[in-house]
Amino acid sequence: MKARAFSYFRAATIDQALDAHARAGDDARFIAGGQSLVPALSLRLQAPRLLIDITHIDDLRGVRREGGHLRIGALTRHCEMLSELLIAEFAPLLHAVAPFVAHPAIRNRGTFGGSIALADPASEFPAMTLALDAEIEIAGPSGRRRVRADDFFIDLFETALQPGELIIAVYVPLFKADQRFAFDELARRRGDYALVGCGMLATFAGDRVDDIRISFFSVGNTPTRVKGAEAILIGSRLDAGRIATAQGALEGDLAPPDSDEVPPAMRLHLARVLLGRLLGRLGEGA
Amino acid sequence: MRGLDEPLLDETDETVRVRFVVNGRKVACEVAPRDTLVDCLRDKLELTGTHAGCEMGACGACLVQLDGRAVHSCLIFAVQADGARIETIEGLTESGMLAELQAEFHRRNALQCGFCTSGMLINAHELLSQTTQPSRDEIRDALSGNYCRCTGYEAIVDAIEAVAKARSDGGGAT
Repeated sequence: MKARAFSYFRAATIDQALDAHARAGDDARFIAGGQSLVPALSLRLQAPRLLIDITHIDDLRGVRREGGHLRIGALTRHCEMLSELLIAEFAPLLHAVAPFVAHPAIRNRGTFGGSIALADPASEFPAMTLALDAEIEIAGPSGRRRVRADDFFIDLFETALQPGELIIAVYVPLFKADQRFAFDELARRRGDYALVGCGMLATFAGDRVDDIRISFFSVGNTPTRVKGAEAILIGSRLDAGRIATAQGALEGDLAPPDSDEVPPAMRLHLARVLLGRLLGRLGEGA
Repeated sequence: MRGLDEPLLDETDETVRVRFVVNGRKVACEVAPRDTLVDCLRDKLELTGTHAGCEMGACGACLVQLDGRAVHSCLIFAVQADGARIETIEGLTESGMLAELQAEFHRRNALQCGFCTSGMLINAHELLSQTTQPSRDEIRDALSGNYCRCTGYEAIVDAIEAVAKARSDGGGAT
C-alpha cells in the first residue's frame, strides 16, 4: 500500500509542467487534487518515474465569464462548485451535482479538471460536461486546442488527451432564463459510486422542449448521451405519454456492461426509472 | 523561472526538505517524495493521533486540516503540502476547538476503540463550522466518508446533534 519511488517536481507555469513531462520521456503523471491518482499510486496500479504537481499554476485557477461561456479553471475544487457564486448563477447544474461527488473531505481537495481528465465512467462531472455541451481546453507539446465534450470521452478511462497534454479549463455555456436542469443518481449509500446517474439540461419554448441534452453515467465505458430519447422529446410537451416513449428509447441508447452485481437489465430498468423521475421534475419546472 | 533539473529524474528516493506550520509551530523534515502526509506526521513528527487506516481515502481515519479544510492525509504526499498550514487532532485539542464535541462524544459513548475518532471529530468540526443546525440526515451525509466499526454511528450522530443544539440554544457559543 505504498507508492513506488518517484521524483517530484512542482511546476510554476503550464510550460514548465509540459516541459517536465516531455523530459521524463512521458513516464510522468500530472497531479492536482490527487484524490484518485494517489490511491492508484498507493495500490501500484500506476508507477510513474516523475510526478508533476500542477496545483501552483495560477493560469489553471479561477472561474470567470468569457463571452457566452463560464470559464472554469481546471484546478477548481469540487467544494468550490458549492461556494462559487458564478457557478451557482451560470452553471447551476454543476452546483447541484457537487454534493453528490464523493465525500466532503474528498471534495475539499479533488479538482474539476482532474475529474474530467480521469473520465471515470461512474463519476458525475464528466457526464455533466456532455449535458452542458461544454468545451475542454487542452495544452500540450503541440499547442492549445479546444475539444467539445461530445468528442472528448472515447473509451474506458480513455479521452482525447494525448500523452503529455493537460486540461487548462472547461468552458460551459451560460445558463439562460428559458433553460431548466435536473440531476439525480441511484446509489446504495450516499457518496458511493452510483448504480446509475443522470443529468440533463433543456431549453424550453413555452411548455415545449426546444432542445435537450441528457447524459447518463455508470452505464458503460464512458458517460453517455441518450440521443434517441433526446430526439423523442425535442419539440414536445413533457406529458406522461411522451416521457414513457423516451424511457422506451433507452434500450437503444444504452448498452450496460455485463456485471454479476448489477445485471444489464437491472441497470437499464434503473435508468428508465431515473429518466422518468427527472423528466417529471423538468416538466414541473424543477 | 526554474524548470525541471534533469538529475532529479534519477533521484527518486532521495529525500527532500519540506516545511510546514503544524499546529501553529514551524517544522521542517526530510521526506521521500512518496511519503504520504499521514506517514510524515506519525513517523517523523510523532503526531500519532492521526491514524492510517485504509490508506486509500475510504475510511476517514487520517483526516487533518490543511489550510483550514478537512482532507485525507493519506491522499497527499508530504511534498505536496510543503508550505501549508496543518492542524492535527493534537493541535485542535490543545486549542480547545473540539472541546464540546469531545465532551459529548465521551458522555454518549460515541467511541469504543477510538481508531476513527480523530477523523470523526475533524469532520464534525468542519460540518458545524459550515452548518449551524444540521439535520440528522445532513450529519450522516457529512460522515459518509468516515468508517466506524464499533458504534453503529447512532451515538456519533447524537453527539454532533447535541453540540449543534447546545450552541444554538446558548446563543452561538464557540
